[in-house]
Amino acid sequence: MNIWELVIITIVKILIAITTLLLSVAYMVYFERKISAWAQNRLGPNRVGYKGLLQPFADVFKLLLKEDIVPQAANKTLHTLAPFISLFVAFATYAVVPIGPSINIFGKEIKLVAADVNIGILYVLALTSLGVYGVTFAGWSSGSKYSLLGGIRSSAQMISYEVSMGFSIAGVLLLSESLRPIDIVNAQYGWMWNAILQPIGFITFVVSAFAETNRLPFDLPEAEPELVGGYHTEYSSFKFAGFFLAEYANMIIASCLIVTLYLGGWQIPYIDKLGLNATVTTILQVGAFLFKTAFMLFVFIWVRWSIPRFRYDQLMNIGWKVMFPLSLVNIIWVALLIMIFKI
Amino acid sequence: MVAKKRKKNLNFFERIYIVEIIKGMILTLKNMFRPKFTMEYPEVKFEPPASYRGRPVLVLDENGVERCVACGLCSRVCPALAIEVQAAETEYEKERYPEKFEINMLRCIFCGFCEEVCPEEAIVMSKDYELVYTNREDAIYGKDKLLVPIEQLRDRIEFLRKFK
Repeated sequence: MNIWELVIITIVKILIAITTLLLSVAYMVYFERKISAWAQNRLGPNRVGYKGLLQPFADVFKLLLKEDIVPQAANKTLHTLAPFISLFVAFATYAVVPIGPSINIFGKEIKLVAADVNIGILYVLALTSLGVYGVTFAGWSSGSKYSLLGGIRSSAQMISYEVSMGFSIAGVLLLSESLRPIDIVNAQYGWMWNAILQPIGFITFVVSAFAETNRLPFDLPEAEPELVGGYHTEYSSFKFAGFFLAEYANMIIASCLIVTLYLGGWQIPYIDKLGLNATVTTILQVGAFLFKTAFMLFVFIWVRWSIPRFRYDQLMNIGWKVMFPLSLVNIIWVALLIMIFKI
Repeated sequence: MVAKKRKKNLNFFERIYIVEIIKGMILTLKNMFRPKFTMEYPEVKFEPPASYRGRPVLVLDENGVERCVACGLCSRVCPALAIEVQAAETEYEKERYPEKFEINMLRCIFCGFCEEVCPEEAIVMSKDYELVYTNREDAIYGKDKLLVPIEQLRDRIEFLRKFK
């Protein structure tokens, strides 16, 4: 494979990844509104286009046509930079998520992942910690007390939950013995899903993922009744759309990660016993990955409309006194599994 | 923060949250499949019950004459000063009729006092809730808009006779 083929294939992969991500972000907003409506016995948006399917585009155009306000007290550079940091982090993380096994097109083996990095999980952790900067800068540079409080809360929360997130991932790494996402998925062959082998780690990771993405019940950085809009109080127009997109993109990435690390990625148990040919199997497996991710996204929305927000002290209590010890217990549990069963 | 004493101590399963969270989520999931309450307004319209206080209207009797005798009680009782009546004489048995009867719908607060005070059952609250105007002049409803045939107001008049 010469260098040009590699470049072209990579660019195509990136384009596909970005378009699917943007489209799914748009429709996440739509489904968020629909599911919230269903949970409250309402219908939800159904006017723009067939069943309201064009609603997200109408929302985006409305946002783009609004005036871009920068407060006088704001630090203009950081105020402009913040949403772009959030967006960049959200989109860049997507690069290492594998959506399926290798596929053969025109006699070439193509991996269904934008960048097959051998330290993929470290890359994800590093980038998600960068995400804190977007939110903190936004809070600090707006020159408003609500934004500042939102930013402080968010940085404290994200740093606290990153600890338990990291330790939960350590359990996964012990079993897969690799940081490469593809190897992690391959290690969960059949029913050897990490969610089944290490349920405690699964729960701590999911809870930390909720906290990292600032979703309810951990959405204290933008707690409307207390902080108006939280860190994006002073944002409007395109910059606000940036934060909005980043929030939903983060959610999608969190779901992809949960699926990759704990729900077996593209694995379908016993699919090789059906005797299908390679292409059909691959398509089914990609479908399985998308289905699992969609299910996790539904869970994200479902939880948001079911559970009330935690108080700030409760949040910190859960983060440090419950989630952190539990993720340590999980590591010991996985170590015992390896010792006893020699997995 | 000082932890407050609870009235009821939570048991172990309530304190680890997970069971309770799952219970709550099952509840919302059930609700997603319940029938929806939303009325799709311009296509489906809300038909109010007789007790509904919509726009106040003047009753037009079967013989095509308004019941109002222009006594002016409604305009006296109106807390928002929305009603203006000018009386004149007429050939009919009732001797007086409103030459001019105007309700400023921007002022009207739909309290129903006019209807309550009316001795002739001549002004009643209708079921009409679609009040749209593009300027302030249009909001002043004259007799042309206020007079409504009695057939359309049977519900409300029966309701008034029963409960007033």
